[in-house]
Amino acid sequence: MRIKNPLHQVSTPRRRFVQGVIAGGVLAAFPSVLHAASSLIAGTSTGTAPELSGEVIDLVIDESPVNFTGVVRMATTINGSIPAPTLRLREGDDVTIRVTNKLSVPSSIHWHGIILPYQMDGVPGISFKGIMPGETFVYKFKLQQSGTYWYHSHSGFQEMTGMYGALIIEPREKDIISADNEHVILLSDWTDDDPMELFRKLKIQGDVFNFNQPTVPEFFDDIATSGVANALQRREMWNQMRMSPTDLADLSASAMTYLMNGTAPMANWRGLFKAGEKVRLRFINGSSNTFFDVRIPELKLTVVQADGQNVEPVTVDEFRFGPGETYDVLVEPKNDAYTIFAQSMDRSGYAKGTLSVAANIDAPVPALDPVEWLAMRDMMGNMDHSAMPGMDHSAMGHASMDKTSMDQGAMDHSTMDHGAMAMDHSTMDHGAMAMDHSKHNMGKNPLAVPSQKVRHAKTEYGASIDMRVDTPRTNLDDPGIGLRNNGRRVLTLADLRSLDGIVDHQAPEAEIELHLTGNMERYSWSFDGLEFGKSTPVHMKHNQRVRVILQNDTMMTHPMHLHGMWSDLENDQGDVLVRRHTIMVQPAQRISFLTTPHDLGRWAWHCHLLFHMDAGMFREVVVS
Amino acid sequence: MRNLTLSTVLTSALLISAPLLSLNVFAQTEMGDMSGDMAGDKMQPQGGDAPKNARDPHAYANGTTLTQGPYALADGERLTLADEYKFYAILGDRLEYNEQADAAVFDLQAWYGTTFNRLVIKTEGDVSYGKLEENQTDILWGHAISAYWDTQVGIRYDYYKEGKNRQWLAFGIQGLAPYWFELDMTAYVGESGNTAFTAEAEYELLLTQRLIIQPRAEITFYGKDDEQNELGSGLSSTAIGVRVRYEFTRQFAPYVGVEWTNKFGSTADYAKLNEQSSNDTEFVAGLRFWF
Repeated sequence: MRIKNPLHQVSTPRRRFVQGVIAGGVLAAFPSVLHAASSLIAGTSTGTAPELSGEVIDLVIDESPVNFTGVVRMATTINGSIPAPTLRLREGDDVTIRVTNKLSVPSSIHWHGIILPYQMDGVPGISFKGIMPGETFVYKFKLQQSGTYWYHSHSGFQEMTGMYGALIIEPREKDIISADNEHVILLSDWTDDDPMELFRKLKIQGDVFNFNQPTVPEFFDDIATSGVANALQRREMWNQMRMSPTDLADLSASAMTYLMNGTAPMANWRGLFKAGEKVRLRFINGSSNTFFDVRIPELKLTVVQADGQNVEPVTVDEFRFGPGETYDVLVEPKNDAYTIFAQSMDRSGYAKGTLSVAANIDAPVPALDPVEWLAMRDMMGNMDHSAMPGMDHSAMGHASMDKTSMDQGAMDHSTMDHGAMAMDHSTMDHGAMAMDHSKHNMGKNPLAVPSQKVRHAKTEYGASIDMRVDTPRTNLDDPGIGLRNNGRRVLTLADLRSLDGIVDHQAPEAEIELHLTGNMERYSWSFDGLEFGKSTPVHMKHNQRVRVILQNDTMMTHPMHLHGMWSDLENDQGDVLVRRHTIMVQPAQRISFLTTPHDLGRWAWHCHLLFHMDAGMFREVVVS
Repeated sequence: MRNLTLSTVLTSALLISAPLLSLNVFAQTEMGDMSGDMAGDKMQPQGGDAPKNARDPHAYANGTTLTQGPYALADGERLTLADEYKFYAILGDRLEYNEQADAAVFDLQAWYGTTFNRLVIKTEGDVSYGKLEENQTDILWGHAISAYWDTQVGIRYDYYKEGKNRQWLAFGIQGLAPYWFELDMTAYVGESGNTAFTAEAEYELLLTQRLIIQPRAEITFYGKDDEQNELGSGLSSTAIGVRVRYEFTRQFAPYVGVEWTNKFGSTADYAKLNEQSSNDTEFVAGLRFWF
């Protein structure tokens, strides 16, 4: 790969970050400090991944040295490349994937977003025991879907050290998305440090990698521009609650190098196109801990697929996606070169590459956007609760919410229990209100609309929790912190509509409410204040349509990934919008989705920020 | 108390009131009533007690656990994540040299354990002319009681080069008060009925992302006179310091600073008997680190 001028137009970032070495992969000479291992002669190949296809695939997990930043480090790789080979499979095929583990520790591969038997899902400790050192595990499953997906290790931090690759399933019939050319663009993050060591540092000091913290000079600037009272007021809540308004990413560019197709920014990954071509870009966020805000200056992005599922085309300038999510976009380039720019959500760095007609043409690289403070809505949700759509208080009238009148009403507890599986008493009140409606008013399904009543778990009042939201926001049209009113058309969840026939419009028969919780000072993450080790599974009835409400009681955004079944995102009116496998939940936001677990077994459900997952924001789901 | 100046009175008042104010925090009423009434429920984004009808987080389990129920792995095998791991830290808050006194001070803390339960060791002492003059070591069990606070219970051992070593039982609380004050308060019960109380408060002001001013205050009380160690009952000593550090990395930060120390009551009298001053201003240079 030739680069005209490696330093060309790299606008000065707010802070310097590791942009990597120009040549990825591995240098000829390795320092002798590397662990001696048998198969280390060959380095890791980086850049556009090799492609494998067919019904039988062999993958080998091993360690191999890699150099992204000027320092040689050991990576865990699949078939010796970062990213791992792109698997191009075909819908309807029965595939056999033989995975051999040559590491000295157990490993695994999870097929992210793929509907398959639970024993093939690849989560050690849940779907199987893991792939032991030296062992070959044979994955066999039928591909029941098409689209852009990915695969990665689900063991320890192996994903973070190189084990991720694209998984593309071609539709059995002709693809309704037509393009002349296509590129997989897999974004990831790399660290030269031992991930567990980074995790330990966060346990010691939660803001150790945040170099955008509020300062005293900023405070005086604020006083100068808006007066003492306003400057104090702007900080009061944060200081009182001991939370940072710039806590946007646990691991910033001070610890990470952001990669595009296994290529550091300085090395500039390149995708070629011919003039006049319509190009499909399959964006995959395969990073461990990084939200990327992706745009291609001067080029409109027409989003045609989300998480592998076709959506009604929507044209935007930019989209944000978290670890685990994928977006397919169509572009029609007119210029000779464009920069694909993916800045991290905390604005500490970026991944970038070039889309061009020839190998020697580059486009300017934009500057990082300024760091924004989290807003009140990220902390408190919707403060103006009278304006909350669907908020029951006004609609129902307070008298009808009165518990006494409820008890005196025609409420039948046994019916309730039947209708609303596993609901505790506090839901009962709400359910009862809806029930009341169904009996005496419009005969509507009590679960037609997601419940708006916030029900904190009793375990949300302890040391594992640093905040709770009582007035969550339920709107889906917020692009999120750092993207609001930036002058660009930014994709939001409200823009996405699955094409007809994709989502299931059946009404739910039960409702499950869980809160996403954490404590940044202790660096603890959980559902309902219970880290995984203290939790019990969520049971779902086989083939029963169920609504899941996720309320984010933290100030960070969490990409929530439910294995083994689809998450059909709905709005707060109960209209199903789009089928996803990973849904980003913003701070103080309450979202809901419907799912029908068609496959029996045990499934993982977690935040796809790897460190949040490992800290305990993880639940098991039992379908029986 | 005859030599108290106005400034020392104010200093002491501040130091005594800070921990008392923060006691409020332990009652976990920190953020109550922030925006008034919400359908009769008080908005309280932090702390507080769970209402009686709070949701049961296990309500959806339907009898299953991580190792029991349908499709559980054989032999009780299950996933274990970092929430069940133990971690460690060694934190050097002050490792400093005072040129005037040709003395070094160390103030280190270490912990080992899970997020909510830890073995905590704190050690603090003076080294003068290459010899350990005094050392206080606390060995504690730290237990998280709320979002930002840990209780710490254990023992303390005092070493005096000249004087008599002491042992204490320790009952403390350490954490982060609203507005980012780091507090560490411990009450001690010692031999022959003596008692003690120490409180430390720290604050950080970021001039830049790496240049940081850290004010620090410390106060010590004793219940009884300890003649052998020349410590008087009541308010015994205070120390107020300001340090400016530069974080080359978050984990390695050299600093310079100034510290004002005052002795009070009988402790001050003992100092005078030894022809020592009861008030000192010291310039210090040191290193803050953790790993």
